[in-house]
Amino acid sequence: MNWIFENWEKFWEVTEVHVRLALLPVVIGFVLSIPLGWWASRSGTARAVLFPLANILFTIPSIALIVITPVLLGVQILDEINVIVPLVVYTVALMVRSVADALAAVPGNVVAAANAMGYRPFRRFLTVEFPLALPVTVAGLRVATVSNISMVSVGALVGLGGYGQLFTEGYQNDHTEKVVAGLIGTVVLAVLADGLLLLGGRLLTPWARVGR
Amino acid sequence: MGWLFDPAHWSGETGIPVRLAEHVGFTFGTLLIAAAIAVPLGAFVGHTGRGGFLVVGLSNALRALPTTAVLILVVLWAGLGDFPVYVALVLLAIPPIMAGTYAGIRAVDPVTVDAARGVGMRETGVLLRVEVPNALPLIYGGFRGAALQVVATATIAAYTGAGGLGRFVFDGLALQEFGQMLAGAVLVALLAVLVDLAFAGLQRLTVSPGLRPVGTGGKK
Repeated sequence: MNWIFENWEKFWEVTEVHVRLALLPVVIGFVLSIPLGWWASRSGTARAVLFPLANILFTIPSIALIVITPVLLGVQILDEINVIVPLVVYTVALMVRSVADALAAVPGNVVAAANAMGYRPFRRFLTVEFPLALPVTVAGLRVATVSNISMVSVGALVGLGGYGQLFTEGYQNDHTEKVVAGLIGTVVLAVLADGLLLLGGRLLTPWARVGR
Repeated sequence: MGWLFDPAHWSGETGIPVRLAEHVGFTFGTLLIAAAIAVPLGAFVGHTGRGGFLVVGLSNALRALPTTAVLILVVLWAGLGDFPVYVALVLLAIPPIMAGTYAGIRAVDPVTVDAARGVGMRETGVLLRVEVPNALPLIYGGFRGAALQVVATATIAAYTGAGGLGRFVFDGLALQEFGQMLAGAVLVALLAVLVDLAFAGLQRLTVSPGLRPVGTGGKK
């Protein structure tokens, strides 16, 4: 613990990098998975293509994806994009199914009622279907966020930043406190992000708590 | 891809077959140890219904733990070798297996369980002959999740000099040999897919056909 307070600036610096590397992919992946999930909730063909593809992508180990990405994109191995792209891939692979399941579970009579009230498809999606799908979607988002926060550390093994940098430096200098500091940082960040998402989900879906 | 198909890399003590065997060894060793701990715990809690929040809370807390840090810490404390690898990987594999077993047993229809008691089965009989077989799909789900994570993460073992396919990734990194890194990455990915398929096959063979989801073509 002491290490964190004695080296606050350094700790804060790796925290910033870690947050950026973990959360940027969550945001990008979430945005991408909404249209894909919507498509999968509509079409059996989309499901037959997207779900197995998502399974296979999710199977590929993160260290493998981080090493392969620079070759595919033609960038240096130390570019942050090499962590961001794999994490976007994992987020989408996880979220497509959540979004599709959530949208598919919206009751048909609710959609029909919205149609009868004259909602156009796009507005109906934004104001009726998507909000009703939020609880399941947020559950998926929480899993994706926590696993992304944990996976960023893997990037440090090939030389990228974040808390993982404290792990590798601590290992090289036989400095246990530094590793513990990074571990605490990762766990605290994961718990915080998870709690915020849980709270945000509750605030956005007040109706979900009525009648429980 | 040339590195992968060079025959020189397919033999010797540091060749692909040896590293592959080490990787598979880590994976199955870990899964066995984790299963020995997580399945009885999950089954007991699921059967008695006591301590469920503990299982769920513990699995979530363990999930946030970065394996790299655990591995490095155990190495710093206990020295290099296979032991730190097993500690780190077993901690990684316990949450999904325990959560899957617990959820599977909780999800068994209480009517079925009551019927088993009604025909005079003892509690161990209820657990072993009714609840566990009915919970198998979710238990397998836990194992598959754990296996994928372990195959992926066993790669990291090589960071501290242990064996496994990760050696190609980290040796390649140290030598700036991109072909070797890529070969290691591809082999790990392939192994992960194969292990997942193997579990899918095992699941098909051992789960009662009556438990297959109707009309979804299996995997959910």
